[in-house]
Amino acid sequence: MAQQQVVEKKAMRTPIESGCPDGFQYMHPLMIKNYGNWKYHDRPRPGVLHHVAYSGDEIWTVRVGTQRQLGPYEINLLCDIIDKYGEGYVRFTIRSNMEISLSSADKIEPLIQAFNDAGYPVGGTGNSVTMISHTQGWLHCDIPGTDAAGVVKALMDDLHEEFIKEDMPNRVHITTSCCQINCGGQGDIAINVQHTKPPKINHDLVANVCERPSVVARCPVAAIRPAMVNGKPSLEVDEKKCICCGACFPPCPPMQINDPEHSKLAIWVGGKNSNARSKPMFHKLVAAGIPNNPPRWPEAGAIVKKILKVYKQDAKDWERVGDWVERIGWPRFFELTELPFTKFHIDNWRGSRHMLNQSAHIRF
Amino acid sequence: MAQNQPKNPEKHSTFIPKEKKSTKPFHKTPMLDQLESGPWPSFVTGLKRLAHDNNMMVDLLGQLEHSYTTRKGYWKGGTVSVFGYGGGIIPRFTELMGSDGKAMFPEAKEFHTLRVQPPAGNHYTTKMLRQLSDSWKKWGSGLIAFHGQTGNIMFIGSTSENTQHFFDEINEYGFDLGGAGPCVRTAMSCVGAARCEQSCANEQKIHRTLVNNFIDDMHRPALPYKFKFKVSGCPNDCMNSIQRADFAVIGTWRDDMKVDQKEIKAFIKAKSRKYVIDNVVNRCPTKALSLNDDDTLDVDNRNCVRCMHCINVMTKALKPGNDKGITLLMGGKRTLKIGDTFGTVIVPFMKLETDADYERIREIAANSIDFWAENGLEHERCGEMIERIGLANFLEGIGLEVDPNMINHPRTSSYVRLDEWDQEAEKWNQRKHQAAAG
Repeated sequence: MAQQQVVEKKAMRTPIESGCPDGFQYMHPLMIKNYGNWKYHDRPRPGVLHHVAYSGDEIWTVRVGTQRQLGPYEINLLCDIIDKYGEGYVRFTIRSNMEISLSSADKIEPLIQAFNDAGYPVGGTGNSVTMISHTQGWLHCDIPGTDAAGVVKALMDDLHEEFIKEDMPNRVHITTSCCQINCGGQGDIAINVQHTKPPKINHDLVANVCERPSVVARCPVAAIRPAMVNGKPSLEVDEKKCICCGACFPPCPPMQINDPEHSKLAIWVGGKNSNARSKPMFHKLVAAGIPNNPPRWPEAGAIVKKILKVYKQDAKDWERVGDWVERIGWPRFFELTELPFTKFHIDNWRGSRHMLNQSAHIRF
Repeated sequence: MAQNQPKNPEKHSTFIPKEKKSTKPFHKTPMLDQLESGPWPSFVTGLKRLAHDNNMMVDLLGQLEHSYTTRKGYWKGGTVSVFGYGGGIIPRFTELMGSDGKAMFPEAKEFHTLRVQPPAGNHYTTKMLRQLSDSWKKWGSGLIAFHGQTGNIMFIGSTSENTQHFFDEINEYGFDLGGAGPCVRTAMSCVGAARCEQSCANEQKIHRTLVNNFIDDMHRPALPYKFKFKVSGCPNDCMNSIQRADFAVIGTWRDDMKVDQKEIKAFIKAKSRKYVIDNVVNRCPTKALSLNDDDTLDVDNRNCVRCMHCINVMTKALKPGNDKGITLLMGGKRTLKIGDTFGTVIVPFMKLETDADYERIREIAANSIDFWAENGLEHERCGEMIERIGLANFLEGIGLEVDPNMINHPRTSSYVRLDEWDQEAEKWNQRKHQAAAG
């Protein structure tokens, strides 16, 4: 037995722990040559960046929206275009857009034409609504309340014009998340799952599947405690305390939080990661109770479009959604977007007191 | 298709092959079919193309359609790894079993994801993209996500056995697995110095120095929870690192920003004086800008907080200064468990030029991870531990001194013991004298 194990081990290949690969080996030669020596940039048209180096070298970037999940057909289709009309160098942005590097402005229009002819939009730069950053959803996640790629496809179909133009007051970053952990991150607008009922527990399975103390420790409001149910060790939830966050579900799948009816969508606005003007900001809840309605989630899409429309009309140049709301105030936001304001918008989580209006500053 | 007929339907995102190589018949997918129309390229059409090629994707579409119909997910985790590693793979086994106890979609009953670290800055050649795609077509479903939210290339859909074969193949040509589980995770860095004039750092070097120094902590998960490094070359923070990284490195500068007065005048001429007053001067968060009567711009550099706004607007006229370095923030994370946190300042400024500088940032990272590994609770992110024990205790634990740049304002509550006030004040005075002495 021991001998056999040794033989098996020998047959296995020892990994090369090379870690993160060196980016320089895949960089456009102009990037390597002018690394750290760029002078300025401008945007000749939506979807195109133009950077000029101190050496006088210039590089153009064409940004293309993708569906993020790519197969061999799409990869070869896109790479064929990049090889034929570009120079074989590409990078991805954090929002799954491809950026194709060009050393000559003459190549821009034929490249854009080729992408458009192949059904790929060019845009996502400057004051556009760029590609939505999203998670895995039903395609691959073990705890999803909804899909991710499907929500994004439906929304980007509707926002396609805003992707290829630069008509917004400032850039708009939309994110989606398919559970309340919110892997999608902060967004100018975020569409996230919001559960509304406590988990349904399969007491027959808990003892075998779940490490009970870890599950108890995972609850943010200490609503879970060990209990004997039907003669078996299990867990019980104080449903009055439970905030329906679903934190117990990943470590204990028999505590099912996802519900076709009661797992809803919520919309949050005003998140900002940049330090520009204001410090980074979290997004804030504006709408909830939105049905999780595949395959195109029209109710969530309608609210997003309404917020974008009002933002586009009312915000000043360079105001991100969060900057804009800070200026006009939340009462006006709810007035303009015609979204209901409820007691649930008032935060009661730890440290929330500073979110109340501790002043006589009121807009009329 | 509601849109105009494509010029070349064989080379279009809507293309569906005529030939079906997969042997299993397609499942009906009326819900997913509705995501094939519209101007944005459809991932569903992509999945269908793959289903023409392999049975795994035929059944994957079946399971996904089932999720769309019942509004629930049906994947469970498990344990799968490659030889020598403990993490890097997200195992997925189907939960959809028929009444006979067998998988309803058996060809996709194992559908694991390999997380692979992309090159720093997400740079590729088309040659390398095709090579990765070819390897994955050989060993997996063919479906790749560029990229996951942590920053990995996600190779989605493999059997347990093939994860090893695929890893062996790509590992030979320079790619390594990322992190999954309680470990150091794949890092991210912006395009930075490679193509951006606002970059104040060598993102490539910082990214690889940090993450490749903790490769053992990535491949063999043994930390309280995940730990993420992210690097942004300037305070625009395109990598969202302050919010999303336990260890956020932000490029910045400490001398005066560069002003080209000729370009200021040219900008005013092109856009108008009102535009500059409304959108540059008035948007400065610390009122550090002043437009003169002769259309030149004054900058109060001592009160500039390096927010980047004016530089973003006037890309030719304004630039970061020459004395570049980084600001280090720690403790950002998403909602679980105490709610979202931003990273907070741990090092207001440090140079990153010499080998000793890089050794120093590596040391700060190592001290932080060690301290957190010792003191963090199970499933507690570094930022949550800092909140629980207080920033001052964390700083003491990793050997850094307090600095007023770490706070918005001093404490407002008098409920605190001040036993060692005099010693602490003396420390501050000594540090000040040392700094003055140079």
